Amino acid sequence: MLQFLLRRLMFMIPTLIAISIVAFVIIQLPPGDFLTTMVASMAAQGEDMDQSAMRALEEQYGLGQPVHIQYLKWMQGIILRGDFGDSFGWNKPVAELLWSRLALTFVLSLASLLFVWVVAFPIGIYSAVKQYSIGDYFATFIGFLGLATPNFLLALILMYIAFKFFNQSVGGLFSPEYQEAPWSWGRVADLLAHLWVPVVIIGTAGTASLIRVMRANLLDELRKPYVVTARAKGLPEWRLLFKYPVRIALNPFVSTVGWVLPTLVSGAAIVSIVLSLPTTGPLLIRALLQQDMYLAASFIMLLSILTVIGTLVSDLLLAWLDPRIRME
Amino acid sequence: MDTPVLIEIKNLKTHFFLDEGTVQAVNGVDFTIHQHKTLCVVGESGCGKSVTARSILQIVDQPGRIVEGEILYHRPDRLSGVGLSEELPSPNGAGGSSSTEIIDLAALDPRGRQIREIRGQDISMIFQEPMTSLSPIHTVGNQITEAIKLHTDMLDDEADEHAIELLRRVGIPRPAERLETYPFELSGGMRQRVMIAMALSCNPALLIADEPTTAVDVTTQAQILELLEELQDDFGMAIMLITHDLGVVAEMADDVVVMYLGQVAERGDVESIFHDPKHPYTQALLKSIPKLGVSRTMQRLDSIRGMVPDPYNRPTGCMFGPRCDHFMPGRCDAINPPAIQLGDGREVHCLLYEDE
Amino acid sequence: MAVTDAKTLPPETVSPRAADAEIESSVSVASQWQLMWWKFRKHRAAMVGGVVTLIIYVIAIFVEFLSPSSPGVIRADYTWAPPQQLHFFRQTENGMRWDPYVNGYKVEIDPEALRRTFVIDEEQIVDVGFFVRGETYEMWGLWESDLHLIGSTDAELPVYFLGADRMGRDLLSSMIYGTRVSMSIGLLGVFLSFFLGILLGGISGFYGGTVDNLIQRAIEFIRSIPTIPLWMGLAAALPTDWPPLRIYFGITIIISFIGWTGLARVVRGRFLSLRTEDFVMAARLDGASELTTIWRHMVPSFFSHIIASLTLSIPGMILAETSLSFLELGLRRPVVSWGVLLQEAQNIRSVATASWLLIPGLAVLVAVLALNFLGDGLRDAADPYNR
Repeated sequence: MLQFLLRRLMFMIPTLIAISIVAFVIIQLPPGDFLTTMVASMAAQGEDMDQSAMRALEEQYGLGQPVHIQYLKWMQGIILRGDFGDSFGWNKPVAELLWSRLALTFVLSLASLLFVWVVAFPIGIYSAVKQYSIGDYFATFIGFLGLATPNFLLALILMYIAFKFFNQSVGGLFSPEYQEAPWSWGRVADLLAHLWVPVVIIGTAGTASLIRVMRANLLDELRKPYVVTARAKGLPEWRLLFKYPVRIALNPFVSTVGWVLPTLVSGAAIVSIVLSLPTTGPLLIRALLQQDMYLAASFIMLLSILTVIGTLVSDLLLAWLDPRIRME
Repeated sequence: MDTPVLIEIKNLKTHFFLDEGTVQAVNGVDFTIHQHKTLCVVGESGCGKSVTARSILQIVDQPGRIVEGEILYHRPDRLSGVGLSEELPSPNGAGGSSSTEIIDLAALDPRGRQIREIRGQDISMIFQEPMTSLSPIHTVGNQITEAIKLHTDMLDDEADEHAIELLRRVGIPRPAERLETYPFELSGGMRQRVMIAMALSCNPALLIADEPTTAVDVTTQAQILELLEELQDDFGMAIMLITHDLGVVAEMADDVVVMYLGQVAERGDVESIFHDPKHPYTQALLKSIPKLGVSRTMQRLDSIRGMVPDPYNRPTGCMFGPRCDHFMPGRCDAINPPAIQLGDGREVHCLLYEDE
Repeated sequence: MAVTDAKTLPPETVSPRAADAEIESSVSVASQWQLMWWKFRKHRAAMVGGVVTLIIYVIAIFVEFLSPSSPGVIRADYTWAPPQQLHFFRQTENGMRWDPYVNGYKVEIDPEALRRTFVIDEEQIVDVGFFVRGETYEMWGLWESDLHLIGSTDAELPVYFLGADRMGRDLLSSMIYGTRVSMSIGLLGVFLSFFLGILLGGISGFYGGTVDNLIQRAIEFIRSIPTIPLWMGLAAALPTDWPPLRIYFGITIIISFIGWTGLARVVRGRFLSLRTEDFVMAARLDGASELTTIWRHMVPSFFSHIIASLTLSIPGMILAETSLSFLELGLRRPVVSWGVLLQEAQNIRSVATASWLLIPGLAVLVAVLALNFLGDGLRDAADPYNR
């Protein structure tokens, strides 16, 4: 098991490096940089930028240098000092903006993942065991609907319903009085009270696909000869079901984290924009539009790393569950 | 010298209800299994032998169902009532115990408590694929002790010890260590031994073996068959062995049932079936076996002409009619041949013997 | 020693399945495609999905003719005009008469918000006709025409069957035009990813070894990145001064850039597993040439799977485009897609005043559902022997 863990960690290193490069390169793709965007917007307002001030800024951020130098400088800062560079748009170090937002994204994604699992697991089992029953058809239909509805549309509809019929806003993760307050139990409770709306919205699509995964896996397993063996031993049906096919169908289910997590993080980003949640999403889009490169790159990189770590955890969980993988 | 009857199957019909139509997988089968004896059921693929076996335990897969007939289980005394012997039985077991209780297995609810008590305790089963018939993610020990704990009140330690003893009996080296291994770490032959140990864990009255040697190599096959014979001497259970291999039949059987398309063609003791086959199908089957001692150049193997008919378009009259060399037009395609008793427990379903 | 004549018998399956094996013989005369069609036909949701998909694509083809107006026409005096219901019959002295019409608008001043709102005026009647002459358009860029399937007979009085947006643009027309863009992006994106997928999946499967390993790692890597942030990053990189058509292709390429990984996996997986299938081995042993084996035996057996996977990837593409355009990182007017239209619904105020702005979402929903059902049915049917 330890060897397995070490091997997985080794595999992660190139992935992490690749992620940081991709994140940085994407930000470099658009023509021009933050400075040109700034100059352009100032020019639009009829102002002119001082040449020497521009030169100084260029110097400070190494904008004139080749891309790989800029990248290495950036990485050096992160690794040695935890310094992600400065946000041009906010005039603050990126690190200051980053962590609280990232933490909330993490909480939101994790909560969505749990929600997805908790809902999809029993429904998937029910759908497989009672294949072609009315309940199965209903679950399948709802599942399809969930898959077909874009996250942001669901968020819009919910917002509309809340606004129209209950005359209240469902946006945000905190009530106004807790918005800027320091962390306390009250704030946590307030967060939890607000969290379920985005969690349900983000989780819907994932739930739908996981129900299908669970159902298909379990249907496969139910046909396996070992189920007949267990039945021939005289086990009661429900005990048999949970000890063998469900337990074995759980493995591929757990391994779906690998692709569910990226979807959830994606979903969190876009839903946060619609519901204006204080997570990475809204800040990321603004940073992208303003070419606030260090901020955008840091977000893309850390969101990806978050996902990769989540996948690693699911791999470990899978190895713990399945002796065949553990002993490979 | 017949031992008491253990299972009596009367006019068993098990059908599969599919969208495309009904498949009459087992269509009116009668035969008897005696205590401590080995009955071989032989026939081509899809002739309904496995479904017959599964019908006994009521584990026919959906959408299959027993639609008619009786499966009378004469429960031996030692198994009647609560609890059972927790020690391995002495050689030759509870020989000749008379039966008191008769249960119609076909009438039991497939999910009910009664049939579940019989499964794994009175009657157990081993399967063709030792690879997939064991759960890949549970240890061997876990899977063996499961039935023991289910049917007896042994504690964990006792069940483990019992499992180790069983593994030793089925010839698995270092049995204590094996409890902790997973099936995928064992060879095919070893897995089948584990299956056998599992099946014998509650000392059943009948062991159903559904082509137990099809998926293993020839050497292992011989070892497994030998093991089954030894264990029958030790445990004293009856064996219902399903096979398509006449060599296996000759080696193992006391009695033989030949099946064709869901029906019994012929049954009797192994000697008479091999030396004096009555049904044209049995005759044809035997001709398709190569014989030792006959020079190879002289020997031409016969194959049965034609193919097994489509299950939706079963022939009328005798099922074997279209492929039979003795086909009598106007009779064989009109009358489904009834059982004709030929004495000595022999029975044939063929109109050729109607007058005898 | 075996009883059976080896020629006639497949290896016996675990017994209840034997019943299934037998069923095949009854349909053994049907061709593969016939079997697929039979199986597909039984899947009712898939049939419906197929028909709906077909209708949507037909709409996408005849956009100019079907829409009452052009999506870009701004009518400042019809801001947020609500949908008008189409009536087919008019009440006259001698009963109901076939004469399609809609009720016109009257303007009211909202005393609180102090702004104009439109309400339906039951008194006023706007005549609606079929095959009417209206705005001229260029059909498929080939010829000019002004024939519209449906529209107001009076050019001065526009009709809004689904209402108007903030600038008085007709939502129905915009949605019909959006169908072409949204659906074609899905199709084009799938073909692009298919090309990439076949190419890289094929290379991966063909060369194996290091190349395979590299490509597989790359796929895993791309899949592990959350798509929306990645898309956002890439889409933001498209220069804002590009012409609409180039943006359109740019977005399609960005979307396919993620999509190909799934297809590449399917292709590679299929090829690898087929190589070891018994029937491929049998064909080889029968002396079939490599080309015959691939063409006659392997391709037919995985072609159907590829079609099914392709169909199932279209919805993802459509959703991706919709999300990006919704975030204003994707397409921009004058190009209209459903996502572009949903931009209008971005803030809760507009939605609260003009809830019909959410209707393009319904179009997305229907299209994605239909394609999913269709793809599901195709996938099931693709394996007619697998029960």
